[in-house]
Amino acid sequence: MLRQYPPAHDRYDEMFAAPAQVRAHWQPVLDALQESSPASMQHRVDTAQRQVRENGITYNVYADPQGTDRPWDLDVLPMILPAAEWAQIEAAVIQRATLMNRILLDVYGAQQLLADGHLPAALVHGHAGFLRPCHGIKHPDGVALHLYAVDLARSADGKWWAIGDRTQAPSGTGYALENRIVIARAFPDLFRDMKVQRLAGFFATMRDSLARWGRASAPYQGRHLAQHEQPLIVLLTPGPYNETYFEQAYLARYLGFPLVHGDDLTVRDGFVWLKTLSGLQRVHVIVRRLDDDYCDPLELRTESALGVAGLTEAARRGTVVIANSLGSNLLESGALLGFLPKLCEHLLGETLLMPSVATWWCGEPAALEDVISRLDRLVFKSSFPQERQVPVFGQDLDASARQAFIARLRADPHNFVAQEMVRVSQAPIWRSMERRAGGRAGLLTGGGIPDLRLSGAIGPNSAGKNTLSPGLGASAVGLRVFACATANGYQVMPGGLTRVATGADARVISMQSGGGSKDTWVLSDGVVDQRTLLNRPTASHDLVRGDAHLASRTVENLFWLGRHSERCDDIARLMRRVFDSLIETTPQTRGKEWPTMLALCQWYGLLDADIFTDDPTIEARLLAAVQDSDTPGLAYQVHLLFRAAFNLRERLSADNWRALNRLLRTVSQPDPKLNIGDALALLDDATASLMTLTGFALDGMTRDMGWRFLSIGRRLERLQFMCTLIQHALTMPADSNLEWLLELGDSIITYRARYMSRPEWLPVLDLLLLDADNPRSVSFQLHGLSGYLTRLETIHGPCGHDLIEPVMLQLRSLDAARDLRPGGELLLGLMRQLYDTSFQLSERLSARFLSYSGALSGIDAGSLIKA
Amino acid sequence: MARFHIFHETRYDYAANVSRSQQLLHLTPRSFQFQQCQQHQITINPRPDESMLANDFFGNDTRYVAIWSSYNTMTVSAESTVCLLPRPREELLADSVPWEQVRDGLRRFGDPTRLEPLKYLYDSPHVHCGDELARYASLSLTPGRSVLEGAFDLTQRIQREFEFDPNATDISTPLKTLMQIKRGVCQDFAHLMIGCLRSLGLSARYMSGYLLTQPAPGEARLIGADASHAWVSVYCPSIGWVDFDPTNRLMVGMEHITLGWGRDFSDVSLLRGVILGGGAQTLNVAVTVTPLPDLVTNDH
Repeated sequence: MLRQYPPAHDRYDEMFAAPAQVRAHWQPVLDALQESSPASMQHRVDTAQRQVRENGITYNVYADPQGTDRPWDLDVLPMILPAAEWAQIEAAVIQRATLMNRILLDVYGAQQLLADGHLPAALVHGHAGFLRPCHGIKHPDGVALHLYAVDLARSADGKWWAIGDRTQAPSGTGYALENRIVIARAFPDLFRDMKVQRLAGFFATMRDSLARWGRASAPYQGRHLAQHEQPLIVLLTPGPYNETYFEQAYLARYLGFPLVHGDDLTVRDGFVWLKTLSGLQRVHVIVRRLDDDYCDPLELRTESALGVAGLTEAARRGTVVIANSLGSNLLESGALLGFLPKLCEHLLGETLLMPSVATWWCGEPAALEDVISRLDRLVFKSSFPQERQVPVFGQDLDASARQAFIARLRADPHNFVAQEMVRVSQAPIWRSMERRAGGRAGLLTGGGIPDLRLSGAIGPNSAGKNTLSPGLGASAVGLRVFACATANGYQVMPGGLTRVATGADARVISMQSGGGSKDTWVLSDGVVDQRTLLNRPTASHDLVRGDAHLASRTVENLFWLGRHSERCDDIARLMRRVFDSLIETTPQTRGKEWPTMLALCQWYGLLDADIFTDDPTIEARLLAAVQDSDTPGLAYQVHLLFRAAFNLRERLSADNWRALNRLLRTVSQPDPKLNIGDALALLDDATASLMTLTGFALDGMTRDMGWRFLSIGRRLERLQFMCTLIQHALTMPADSNLEWLLELGDSIITYRARYMSRPEWLPVLDLLLLDADNPRSVSFQLHGLSGYLTRLETIHGPCGHDLIEPVMLQLRSLDAARDLRPGGELLLGLMRQLYDTSFQLSERLSARFLSYSGALSGIDAGSLIKA
Repeated sequence: MARFHIFHETRYDYAANVSRSQQLLHLTPRSFQFQQCQQHQITINPRPDESMLANDFFGNDTRYVAIWSSYNTMTVSAESTVCLLPRPREELLADSVPWEQVRDGLRRFGDPTRLEPLKYLYDSPHVHCGDELARYASLSLTPGRSVLEGAFDLTQRIQREFEFDPNATDISTPLKTLMQIKRGVCQDFAHLMIGCLRSLGLSARYMSGYLLTQPAPGEARLIGADASHAWVSVYCPSIGWVDFDPTNRLMVGMEHITLGWGRDFSDVSLLRGVILGGGAQTLNVAVTVTPLPDLVTNDH
């Protein structure tokens, strides 16, 4: 078992005090490992892996065909911390959070620290993170820093050091929670017997504190929340492209906060509102995961499209609580670390309990010369976190790079901090068997997506992991600890996110550069807090919540998801039919329907409007339209569909994503030698994937308001397609072949079963227009729309049913024998009218429910001053 | 004392409808030691659904407006009556302290009276300091020279060595480029001078405002009189803030009407906003500054 465990050398080892001398708090873990067979350990790993997948930690992998998302890398062995040691960490983190909050209040308030010389002005006025519009924001209970995290590391002598502070929008609580759920299940007995402190209490406290401050926010039109009313707390996300989007979605769900984008919110009358299907709803608290300078395009970063215009003003008026307060990024500056001991004495009258890793701000001339003289032993970082620079290790620089770097330091000393390197402690990890190739693990992933791995960590002294067999290893670890504010001071999450270095460079422990993580078990001396958020009983008011906060943007994306998937299907069928004709006939033998089919292609932009029916380039042009994602065609449509789906990332199941990815893959690798046969195969694949998606929508989605909008989108699009198709068909010579119409209307099988004869106008038009049982018919779409609209109108009042009633009436009054034939104006007029109606209905619904959203653009008149 | 009436109209025309719009205006003349804003009114068409007054970090008056209905033309008219009070000019030059002394004073921690100039001492979005600017500034701020004399010399050199050219730059043109092409508009010259002064460790702020439209009899019309204008204010400990106009190489007196000030243009952008829709836009600005007769005081 311990054969491959690397000796710690000059590091602290979390498990062993000396070789073969286990620290008492790790003994139960080691016992459990020694009692386990390799097979049973592999079973635990598999269980954990399945959990990770089922809990959705990797769903973003499905959603991203580019493979920029890394799967969640979780070691099955927890990090263990005994109660007494934790008490010290806890006290130090509470003190540090309190201190940070005091500094933040001062910098954005009286600035006494600057006046008294406790803080250099350059670190405030010269700091890119100092957001002037945020000066003067008032905070209930004097709390500006609602959530706080600090990264800790243990040096060789066993002491904990603070390496960096996370004051802006600390990430990791959701991952810590997720890790806990997975690992507690992998070691259920051990978890119970070791009296591990629970995490749920921390989240409950956080939620309750935020709700308390939400209640304290300024009342709208003099109206305070009633006792039974809950303040609306939302989680503001930068969106699905953010690397911690999964965590945000997970936390939002766990805490019961709607997950919102900037354009889901609006500021009116100085208050913040959530744009929902049922109108604007007052927001009391925003937990933001968006960087503060991106939060308000009006007053902060002008070019940001992610924020909410006017949010800063709302914060200054105290109508909304923003956690953390806008401008708190300032405190993440490493330059602050050196000033903390004195600030702690000055502000709290206490000695700083946990030292920061020795850090020098190069803006002080004496410090600059000092750090240049010992460049080799230091790591250099940007003073200002928004620069997002990669740390520079002095020891990595050769002579010329060294000179160049010193020149940079001297030119811009304010922008650098130098930090001593800590040889961080190592903790045991479990190396599972390498699992390769996504397909084998049952994961359908796009090109280049790495497989889900658990614990691919390496021993800090070993060169390559591939030489090691499964079993116990060790890896460098760092610990992120979280605190939340309450009315009575800070509370620390009894646990945290242990981060594991997995890259070859164990000096940098970072999630973003490919590190893994561990669950963190803080042991308890007393009774374990058994509170839980996940299993709280559902009250009746919880039942209506889902729809109540359904954001307009979500509905809009669902609506377009419906439309685009239908449009994809229509285009795929149309192209397939045209290619069939190109194969089966020559220009001399093409039927009378051929010009009409080309006209349809032109209508959908697949062919230019000026092309002749015998143009020899038709084939090449249509082949391009299959694959070219820049001009109208299949690839183009698929990308639109995918974009709408991507904006609904967390609402679509993994099954949906598999189908979507399969669809995207069919068009994402253009083949310059594509021939008609290939194109037909590709179109068949696309149609099959689209059928699968439709099946999920019909069978796998809850029929809530969102689903109704998806269905409305689908029906509207199909209605337009059928109207366009029939309208074109009616202009053909009366003796044209009608089979293609049935094929495009996906009704050929029904027709053959019923009529056993060559398609004729009357039965064909009846099937495509009036047959209420044919899911492709015009009548079927109208009936569906009518049903959805009726349902919508019972809740939201009139929203378009009056538009479709007259056309439904006209359709019903058609006389089959008299009207169902080409050449008559009546039918043609009705088709045109139907098309217009569907267009108006789409507009009406957009204006009524969806028009809140849309991209904002910035203007800056002053930029045109020419004097 | 001199009184002026200022009419400042900004008109936006959009190719497509704007469906909603939120704007932050810095169009209200500030009252301070050398200026009193006696009357002020902003009229916006279409009429805003929301309008709120506020005060920014630098003490300027701002107005927030929101229009939630759709429009394709917006006009913002600001009308003000402003009274200028005489300020000392050339007589200050010799009295001021050596610039190094000012710099060192700003570097010392813990002087509560120096908090205000610290706001204008560092890089800002449009002003990035550096060696090149410091070298350029040192030719004017020679060792031991009084800070205001040095600043005035810099004002004159910029006007001499840079050419006024409304088509050479836009708001995103960095100072580095400006130093090469040596041409630009008042905004560029103000940013340049601020960058020079800050590169030497001095505190300088960006002033936004207007110039008298019609020159006094016999004097040339100043550049920038038909639009809004920008100049520079320099901090000198014993005196306070002293204004220089590098576009017209003069010390500011009774022809400059101040709207407000900040670290650079971005802090006092006249109209800054977020709109939905609109498409291509055209902007027209008209500024008219008319001298008013002094108020007659009747002694009874």
